[in-house]
Amino acid sequence: MSQFVIDRLKNRFGDRILETHSFRGDETAVVAPSDWLEVARFLRDDAGCDMSMFTDITAVDYPKREARFELVLNLYSLHKGHRLRLKTRLFDEEQYGDADPAHPTRVPTVTPLWAAANWFEREVWDMFGIRFEGHPDLRRILLYEEFQGHPLRKDYSADRTQPLVPYRPEAKDKLPPFRVDEGMPFGRRDWSPRDDAWSTDDIATNEAHLGEAVVVDPAAKPS
Amino acid sequence: MEPHDYDIDEDDVTLPTEPMRINMGPSHPAMHGTIRMIVDVDGEAIRNVDVQIGFLHRGFEKMCERGTWNQVFPYTDRLNYVSPMICNIGFAMTVEKLAGITVPERCLWYRTLLSEVSRLSDHLTCNGAVAMELGAFTPFLWMMKARDHVYDFLEEETGARVTHSFARIGGMAKPPNAEMKQRLEEIIPAVEDILDEVEKILFKNRIFLDRLQGVGAITQAEALQYGWTGPTLRSTGVAYDVRRAHPYLKYGELDFDIPVGTDGDNYDRFMVRHEEMKQAIRIIRQCMQRMPDEGPIDADAPGIVLPPKQQVYTTIEGTIQHFKVIMEGAKIPAGEVYGYVEGGNGEFGFFVVSDGTGTPYRVRCRPPCVFTLQAFPRMIRGHMIADIVPTFGSVNMIGGECDR
Repeated sequence: MSQFVIDRLKNRFGDRILETHSFRGDETAVVAPSDWLEVARFLRDDAGCDMSMFTDITAVDYPKREARFELVLNLYSLHKGHRLRLKTRLFDEEQYGDADPAHPTRVPTVTPLWAAANWFEREVWDMFGIRFEGHPDLRRILLYEEFQGHPLRKDYSADRTQPLVPYRPEAKDKLPPFRVDEGMPFGRRDWSPRDDAWSTDDIATNEAHLGEAVVVDPAAKPS
Repeated sequence: MEPHDYDIDEDDVTLPTEPMRINMGPSHPAMHGTIRMIVDVDGEAIRNVDVQIGFLHRGFEKMCERGTWNQVFPYTDRLNYVSPMICNIGFAMTVEKLAGITVPERCLWYRTLLSEVSRLSDHLTCNGAVAMELGAFTPFLWMMKARDHVYDFLEEETGARVTHSFARIGGMAKPPNAEMKQRLEEIIPAVEDILDEVEKILFKNRIFLDRLQGVGAITQAEALQYGWTGPTLRSTGVAYDVRRAHPYLKYGELDFDIPVGTDGDNYDRFMVRHEEMKQAIRIIRQCMQRMPDEGPIDADAPGIVLPPKQQVYTTIEGTIQHFKVIMEGAKIPAGEVYGYVEGGNGEFGFFVVSDGTGTPYRVRCRPPCVFTLQAFPRMIRGHMIADIVPTFGSVNMIGGECDR
């Protein structure tokens, strides 16, 4: 059904489309991480492909492969009714770092193309530890900031437990939940756009309030 | 009588109006489901919202990688727990697509019928909750009564009211009850009556209209940009419905309409869901007429579908087959597919990867309500705090599906 899209991609990009598959009516194209954004942009903007709808982005971990992650982007064309799966293969950043050109560990975000990608790329980061360059807000989404590891990696054992997160009075972005004044930042991170009256240096205010806040010291707690 | 504060300088008593950050949830009466919203308010007007999800995260995708393919079904029940049957069937269809199994005619009809019954319970819950949150408690109770009819029916069919775990790869857990159609004949008029009553009590109510119309609106372009599907997308005027765009099961042969809205506001979402319930009833009626009373339910796929109990208890081949399917799991050929159905909230998809063993290598669920929820800040900016309640209600965020 969407063989047409594959042909169009091959016409446009030639050898840069590394592999294509067709299995049970699902078409897949594999590209290099460096071509990720360009191919995605082409798929969205080209009149023939017209992949206007972002369906899903996820990853699959193959720990035995050298490039262990397969990043999977599912796209759909609302007007033409075809679907395509775009894939790329990434190395583990914990192993290769982020600056090795022979072992790419990151791809650019597709959030500028489809706003929907925002939360789903965050989820991929959360679950697999794959970073997206230029992502507007790449923090964990389903888990909490203090979570150790990325649970959907195959080497994350399913019965592994996480340590209790101690209350950290020194963390500026994790203030005691109840404070004398009600205009307090609850977030783990300062996320609001800083504009006009509202954003008068939050951090400084927080620090000023730290002294008067009821700070619970974990060491002082009865065990 | 002179005011008590006649000697106070007016300038000193003006209230300071500095913006404030307020925390709603994760355990808040209006946040049904566990979700946290950090709201920046200027007076009562909302400037920005940060929606934080994940409080109901159970590791669905990780859990799926541990058991056999059939052991995923109880987990799918807990994705969208107001329409679990659609999740069950969606996963079964995806794995069948991967394994290349076609299920018999009667099973297709049965699944179509159960999907629509499940859609009824989904939309009844959502619309009931929206009405209740606006203070209309009576229609909520009526709709819960209607949902109870639906649950009673599903209980008789599957043995469980909510978590059915009823689909299997290549068929269903058991064939339909002999008196299934008579039971439907009883409950469908009861549900229809309740829908009519709800229309009478709600649709001309000034409070109901004022709180919903023009609130939480989103444009078509934005909805598409955020990847919306399902009733929420249709409320903006895009007639995309998986049942019509990519007919699966028996939807291609059935006669039903796709209701669409125009403004994409809360009112349109409510009305689209309301009309979809009527269309669901229409589909159920057609299924009742056309579904054959005799015939197999399970596909002929040895090694994947369990053999009939009679065979298991009387023949050694049957016993061995049963043992292998249960203990080793159905061997699904290696490969990967994306399968999708029209869930209660939109395109409910599964991306599954198999390495040829009895255990899924990777199961990914595409949760439609996350897409809707992601656009929530866009919908609510500029409205009042009280508008969060109906807007959040009409988004129909389902914790199990959202956080997985």
